[in-house]
Amino acid sequence: MFTTMTKRMAMAAAMGALALTALPAQADVIDDIKARGTLRVAVKADYKPYGFRDTSGAIIGIEPDLAQDVADKLGVSIEFIPVVSSNRMQFLQQGKVDLLIATMTDKPDRRKVVFIADPNYYSSGTNIMTPKSFGFTAWEDLRGKPVCGIQGAFYNKKTGREFGAKIVAFKGTAEVYAAMKAGNCVAFVYDDSSHVATLEQDEWADYEMPLPTIDDAPWGLAVALGEDRFHDMMGEMIIGWHKSGRILELETKWGVANTPFAQDMHDKYK
Amino acid sequence: MEAFFEWFRVFYDETGINLPFLYDSYDRDRMIAGFFMTIKLSLVCLFFSIIIGIIGAWLQNSPLKWTRRIMNGYIQLFRNTPPLVQLYFFYFAISSLLPTVSNGYGGQQPILGGFAWAAISLSFFAGAFNVEIFRSGIEAVPNSTIEAAEALGFSRLTIYLHVTLPLAIRVALPALNNNLVNLVKTTTLAYAIAVPEMLYEANQIWSDNVNVTEMMIFLLITYFALVGVLVWGMNRWERSLKIPGFGA
Repeated sequence: MFTTMTKRMAMAAAMGALALTALPAQADVIDDIKARGTLRVAVKADYKPYGFRDTSGAIIGIEPDLAQDVADKLGVSIEFIPVVSSNRMQFLQQGKVDLLIATMTDKPDRRKVVFIADPNYYSSGTNIMTPKSFGFTAWEDLRGKPVCGIQGAFYNKKTGREFGAKIVAFKGTAEVYAAMKAGNCVAFVYDDSSHVATLEQDEWADYEMPLPTIDDAPWGLAVALGEDRFHDMMGEMIIGWHKSGRILELETKWGVANTPFAQDMHDKYK
Repeated sequence: MEAFFEWFRVFYDETGINLPFLYDSYDRDRMIAGFFMTIKLSLVCLFFSIIIGIIGAWLQNSPLKWTRRIMNGYIQLFRNTPPLVQLYFFYFAISSLLPTVSNGYGGQQPILGGFAWAAISLSFFAGAFNVEIFRSGIEAVPNSTIEAAEALGFSRLTIYLHVTLPLAIRVALPALNNNLVNLVKTTTLAYAIAVPEMLYEANQIWSDNVNVTEMMIFLLITYFALVGVLVWGMNRWERSLKIPGFGA
C-alpha cells in the first residue's frame, strides 16, 4: 500500500516537472520543419503555369517557385505534395503538409478551417473557355447546357444556381480537356488565369474566353490553424514578394501577362 | 416544413455541425437528385446485370464452339479489369470513336452521356460475375433431372427456362446477393465520369461548405440503409423460393 502510494506521488511529481519544463519550449511547425530539414508544401500539379509537371514529372510553376523562396528562407529542402481542389485543405488539417499554396480562393468559410495569411498573394476571376463557334456572349447563354468544371471549385455552385448551367465536374483538368474535345460539355468554367495560359497553346486555337470575368477574388496561401509564428512569417514573406516585384517577375518568367492585382500590390508596398 | 429545415441552420450556428443539404434549398435539391440518381443507376445496373448473367450462362453451355469462346472472352475481359478503368475506357476512349449527334445549338455531342456509359459499363462488369454465379447454380442441377426433361421432349431453351434456371437460381442466390450488394456500392465510381450520383453531389457540397466529416457520415448511413433494403429484399426472395428438401 505504502509503496504504491509513494510510487504514485513520485510519478505525479515527475509528470508535473515534465509539464513545467515542456511549457516554455513548446515546439511549433517552424521548429518541426527545421528539425525535419524539409518543408512540405501542397501545390497543384495540373494547373499551368501556377503548378504543373514538366516532362520529367517534377512539379514546377509560379507557386512552386514561391514555395522555394520559403524553403530558402528557412534554410531547408523542399518537398511538393500534389493536391486537387477537393482535398487540399484536408492535407493541411491532417498535418500532411506544412504550407498550402494551391490556387485557393480566399473565402470566409475556408478561413474557419485553415489559417490564411494576409495580405493575399494573387488573385483571379472566373470565366469560361469555349469553342469560338458557339458564340456565347453572356453567362445566361449557358442555361441548360452541360458545362465542365473541376470537382471542389466554388464557382460550380454559382454557375449552376445563378446561370442554370448543368455542371459536369471532373477530378482534374486533364479529364476536362478530354471531355471538352469529345463534346461532352460546351464550355469549361475555371479560373481566368488558367484559361489565359491554356488558350495560348496551338491545340486550343479554336477556343476563346468570351464572357466578362466575374468574381475576381484573391487567392490565399494557408498554414494550419494555431500556427501563429509561421502565419506571421508567411505574411511578411508575401509583403516582401509584393515589394520586390517577385510576383510580377514570376508571371513574366512563366509567360503570363502581368495581372492588375499583382501590379497594384507592387505599387502599394513599393 | 421550411421551419424544420431552417432549424438546422440554427443547429449549425449552435453546435458547429453543418448539414447544408437540409437547410440550403439548392444543396437539398441536388442531394435529393443525387439520391435518386444512385437508385436509378443501381436499378438499371441490377436489372441488366441479371439479364446478362442469365443469358450469358445459357450461351456458356451453347453447343457452338465460338459462342462459348466469345462468352468466356467477355467474362475474362470484364472480370479481370478494374471497374474504374472500364468507366474511363468507355467514357473517354470508346465514346470518342462513336458518331456524334447535334446538341441543338451548333455543336456536336457524343451519342451517349455519362449515365449511359456508367450503366453499360457497370452492368457488363457485374454481369460477368453473374454469369459465373449462375453457372455455379446450373452445375448444381443434377444431370438426371435434365435427362428426364429431355425424355419428356423439352427443347434446350425450355429446359433452361423451366427446369434448370428455377433450380439454379435457388443455389445461386446467396452468391448473387453478394454480387448485387457490391454492384450498388460500385455505382459510386460513376462520379469519376461526372454522373451526378450521391458521392458526386456530396463531394460538391463538402467542397463548398468544408464539412467533410458530416457529409462522410451522412453518406455512410445512407448507403448502409440503401444496401440494407436490397439485402432485406433479396433475403425475402430467397426465403419465398425455398423448396423443402432441396439445397441446403
